[in-house]
Formats: sequence, C-alpha cells, structure tokens
Amino acid sequence: MIKTDVVIVGAGPTGLFCAHQLGIIGLKCEIVDNLDKIGGQCIELYPDKPIYDIPAVPECTGEELTKNLLEQIKPFNFKFHLNDRVQELKNENDNWIVKTTNGKEFHAPNVVIAGGVGSFEPRKFPTKSAEKFDGTSVLYSIKDKSIFKNKSVAIFGGGDSALDWAIELSNTSKVSLIHRRDEFRGAPVSVKKIKELSEKKIINLFTKYSIKDVKGNGSLEEIEIKNEDGESKIIKADYVLGFFGLIMQLGPIAEWGLNLDKKTIPVNTENFETNKKGIFAIGDICTYPGKLKLILSGFHEGALAARGCFKYARPNEKYRFEFTTASNTIKDRLGLK
Amino acid sequence: MAKIKYIEHSGKEHVVEVQNGLTVMEGAVQNDIPGIDADCGGSMSCATCHVYVKEDWYDKLPKKDMGEDDMLDQAYEPKTNSRLSCQIMISDDLDGLSVFMPEKQI
Repeated sequence: MIKTDVVIVGAGPTGLFCAHQLGIIGLKCEIVDNLDKIGGQCIELYPDKPIYDIPAVPECTGEELTKNLLEQIKPFNFKFHLNDRVQELKNENDNWIVKTTNGKEFHAPNVVIAGGVGSFEPRKFPTKSAEKFDGTSVLYSIKDKSIFKNKSVAIFGGGDSALDWAIELSNTSKVSLIHRRDEFRGAPVSVKKIKELSEKKIINLFTKYSIKDVKGNGSLEEIEIKNEDGESKIIKADYVLGFFGLIMQLGPIAEWGLNLDKKTIPVNTENFETNKKGIFAIGDICTYPGKLKLILSGFHEGALAARGCFKYARPNEKYRFEFTTASNTIKDRLGLK
Repeated sequence: MAKIKYIEHSGKEHVVEVQNGLTVMEGAVQNDIPGIDADCGGSMSCATCHVYVKEDWYDKLPKKDMGEDDMLDQAYEPKTNSRLSCQIMISDDLDGLSVFMPEKQI
C-alpha cells in the first residue's frame, strides 16, 4: 500500500503539469497510466505532429512537449506506474482507496482524473465469434512469441505491428497476413520484405480481405475471410492476431459514481472538483460551460485542481500563494540553491 | 451552407444545414446527432467519426488526404466508400450529401 497526497490518473500533458503544480505547493503524488509510456495522446496519437498553440512555444511535437514536461517535474521525483490502470475507487474516512489492475493500492485524500478520453485499449475484431477465443487464441498483443512455434498464425492489419510480427513469426510459424486494402501504412522497408516473403510463398498474403468468422470446437481451427464482393476464403489457423491500433475507452471511470455527461465529467471551475469530494477531473475528460479541449486549458485546470487538493491533504495548514520567481520555499522544492 | 443528411445505423435520418468551412463531423457533433464520436476532436488521429458515403457522392467529394486511409484501417468495418467525416469540409457543392453511420465507432 502506498500513501500519498494525490493519485493522478493519466500521464498526458495535463496530468504531468498538474504533478508539477502539486510539487510546487509541496504535495506528493503518484501517477498511473494504462500505456507503457508517458505522454498520453501526445505520444500515442501524434508524437511527430507539430503543435502550434502551447503558450510561448511557437511549435513543438507531442514528443518534445512530453519530454519538456518531464524535465520540468524531474526535481520532485514523482513515481510513475505505467502499464497499469486504476480499476476501483473506494472512500474510507475521507481517504480514497485506489486499486489498480496490477493489484497496487494507494491511499490518498485526493484523486485527480486526467484521463483524456479514457484509457487506450486495443481495437478488437468486430466478429462476435472472435470473442470466445479472446485472450486464448485471438490476441491483440504478443507477450510470449514461443507459443506460435510451428503453428498457423493469421495476422490482420496493415501497420508496423502487423508487418513486423508477420516477418518475425514467418521464421518459425506458418503466417497468413490479411489486410483490407492493397496499401500498407507500415514502413516501406517492411512492406518490401512482406512482398518478397509472399512471392517466395513463405507468407500467404491476402489483401482486400477482412475477417468474417472464427471457427473451432473448443480450440480455434480455422477462420473465414471475405472481400468486398462477398467472396470468402477459409484459412487454417491456430492463432489469430489483430493489430488495428488503439481506441480510447472510458472504462472503469464510468463506475466510480461520478456524474457523467456523455464521455466527460462535469466539474466546477473553481477547483475542478467533481460531484465527489476529493476527486478532481482536468483536461479533455472534464466539462464545464465554455470548456475548450486545448492542452493550455488542461494546464490551467491542473494548477487550480492542485490548490483544491491542498485543502484535503493539509487540512490544518492554510494554503499560501507564492510566485516561483520570489519564493525560497519553492526554490528549495525545485532543488535550486 | 449545405443540407447534410445523417443516417443512423438504425435508419433514423437527421437533416441539418451545416455552415461552409465546418466539417461533416462538426455538423453532427454540434447538432447532437448520435453515431459520430470524434474522440480525437478532428485531428485525423482516431477513427471514431467514420461514415459511409453514398456511392454517387463518394467520387464528388474532395479526395482523401494522406493518412486518412491509414486511420480508416482501424475503423469498425471499413468499406470502399468509407470516409472520416472530420476530413470532409462543407461547401455549397455538398448540398444534399448523405452519410451513413456504421453500427458502431470502435
């Protein structure tokens, strides 16, 4: 069990800057994110796309923004818990007990939800029949590639994950690669390799096909694929891998008893607290009259939510506003001499 | 200004007038038309504003930009007449356009 002042849900730019503001006012926090890396949408959706509306930064990419925000909170040594998702929130004596999917438990008077549009989850096959094999022979990520040795593997997708795994697994498995169009969005060198492997009949390549059905009694036996003209083909498969990218889903946040408006959480604009005492929501996930889904709005919201957290984390102290330019206490916190 | 018809998967139709310069996605979101999520807000970074465009209209629309097909790969049941509605800019020429929403946006 970890005791802290604030648990931040989401390591995107808003969560990171809120952590900075907490550090400045002398509070501790722990940051949890479902992705395996820090940066949220900035890193997952558009690491290379330039952003033009960060105040005083004429142009930067999602990756640069993340790097700079991390640099800014470095003095505080806050701990990140990546690849983990906050599953459950329970209130006990004005403290929130926060449990994660990986079994971690935090106790904190405050939780700041900076969850964007929800957590990133793999997009799954639309076919109902794929569900009963989900996690056993229908997979969306690979943990242990040795299970595919000498097996028939059907890989779906046209991006780098699909191409890279098709190439890699073709060494030890019978690979079929299925994609809905002729063009691939993966790296040109991988596309070239796939075409070579297909010509040498090492990989079975099916373009302009998508999944129709997944069949098997108990274990997976074969899949049926179809093209736009309705023609279908049967492929023998022990495993099916789908690489269709990630989708954002609200997930467990919907079950924490918070007021919801579509996929967003209404907050007050004084401190961004939700309808639950000690739970704050900032960034894309919060809503209020006039809400703008801009990174700069998330920064502002995080700064105010941090002050809101102070009240519950230090009930016997009075919060005193200070400037970073003038305060020696803040300079100490930043490790400046 | 163009009259756009949004047809839900259930067949329910919504006809709204959308200003030039907005996108087909924004026309739906601003008029509370269900079936278009637009999680990323229109930056061509997700595929949750996916629509099917009636064949006769598909060829009349401005062509897809680089990257749109890459995102459509990730949409729910993409077809040859699939588009991301955030990438279709409204102009007078689009008056009478019909778009069909897929069964779901994930």
